[in-house]
Amino acid sequence: MSQLSELFDFGPFFDNFDKILEGFWATVRLSVGAGVLSLIIGTVLVSFRVSPVPVLRSVGTVYVNVLRNTPLTLVLLMCALGLNDTLALQFSDDPGTTYYWWAVIGLSAYTGAFVCEALRSGINTVPLGQAEAARSIGLTFMQSLRMIILPQAFRTVIAPLGSILIAMIKNTTVAAAASYAETATVMKDLLDLPSFSSGAIPLFIGVAIGFMILTLPTGFFFGWLAKRMAVAR
Amino acid sequence: MRVRRFGAVVGAVAALSLALAACGSDTEKTEAKSVVDKAKETKKLVVGIKYDQPSLGLKKPDGTFEGFDVDVAKYIAQQLGVPESGIEFKETTSANRESFLGGGQVDLVVATYSITDARKQQVTFGGPYYVAHQDTMVRADDNDIKKAQDLKGKKLCKAAGSNSFRRVTEGPPDGKLAISGVTLVDASSYSECAAKLKAGALDAVSTDDLILAGFAAQQKGSFKVINDPFTDEKYGVGIKKGDTKTCEAVNQAIQKMYSDGTAKTLLEKHFSGTGLKLVTTAPQMEGCA
Repeated sequence: MSQLSELFDFGPFFDNFDKILEGFWATVRLSVGAGVLSLIIGTVLVSFRVSPVPVLRSVGTVYVNVLRNTPLTLVLLMCALGLNDTLALQFSDDPGTTYYWWAVIGLSAYTGAFVCEALRSGINTVPLGQAEAARSIGLTFMQSLRMIILPQAFRTVIAPLGSILIAMIKNTTVAAAASYAETATVMKDLLDLPSFSSGAIPLFIGVAIGFMILTLPTGFFFGWLAKRMAVAR
Repeated sequence: MRVRRFGAVVGAVAALSLALAACGSDTEKTEAKSVVDKAKETKKLVVGIKYDQPSLGLKKPDGTFEGFDVDVAKYIAQQLGVPESGIEFKETTSANRESFLGGGQVDLVVATYSITDARKQQVTFGGPYYVAHQDTMVRADDNDIKKAQDLKGKKLCKAAGSNSFRRVTEGPPDGKLAISGVTLVDASSYSECAAKLKAGALDAVSTDDLILAGFAAQQKGSFKVINDPFTDEKYGVGIKKGDTKTCEAVNQAIQKMYSDGTAKTLLEKHFSGTGLKLVTTAPQMEGCA
């Protein structure tokens, strides 16, 4: 039974609670930055994908298919090691700042592809008659997209967007590939402390609960919002 | 219906915990035997090593292993009466080595495992088989950093899962030098640190000299180790807590490895030409408490 009690000895977890909280703060900062930017990228991309200009349409298709099918670690490595280190495209001289922004960009570029696909499925639910009516009263493509199509599309895909956001929050754990230290990195560091000798599993459980504290409310909020904003047709 | 289903769940959980308890007593019975006796009897040994450390413990694409740790493990196993074909290598990381030893998934851990007082509470250590020192690696053409104190104002790598950086930036108890003004750059591993150092995104990587020498040997001509050591890292052989019989046998094997010259051959095989000063005399054994 001693193995069982070892599973639930949370002493080491709470001894290093301040460091873990710092790690989660880094995770939250990255999630918020990437959440906002990925919505913007997704919206721009979807307007490419449904635009009447063939070049824009194919740019959108290629972007989505390349980013969606590349492992996130590689996208982030490319940002940090390729663009920041080798090509010296740096946001600032402070490594903390420059790698934060590369992590945000890498994660948003990846998540944006998923946001785009969710939005496109939302656009497909808007009846064709609405777009035709918009054209017949003289709205341009951009105007009809902005005022008629996208507002309805967004409302129908709130729930799937919530799932994408939750997946993104959990994906932040690979941001170490972009040289950005967040919860997962802090956790790995703790395991190697000379004073750390047992309690790896309680540490994992604690971090998992921490992530649930971030993701569960996100899920509930989006579920509630989806119900409230549903388009009555 | 709902009530009945709940009852079934409770029953299943109870059965599971009973089964777990049964497992627990089972392993205790078999684990009572020390690893030396088991090795002699079955001619088999499971050794935990690292899979991702060049020149120390590295799994190659074809499934074979190479490195100083691997060769030391093979030598110790041979001294315990286990042929090379009887050794099974398993990956152990910082996260699982204590529980692997405690649970009996591995018999020995030879994986750049530093002996510390906190770890001695959980694990019995044989050895040390080598005393590494924390040192600093810079680009081969870098002449600014000649000693550890020159790191002031430089960019230093902070590899995830390693606390070597603390010994540079912090004072005791976790640290050592307490140099201020060092900028830390995060990386996911020491391999990434080496890539970033090569690309110029950071100025120095500081950790155990054997690990650094491994990278210097892997990418000859790119890096140099500055030879200004400032800590002692006693690499021990991890053994299940309380197995002093195995510990004594391992210590004897290590002494023999140094006296018959195998240690010198192995160290030179893996680390020659890296600028690292190798110690080829036997380190002071810790004793099996």
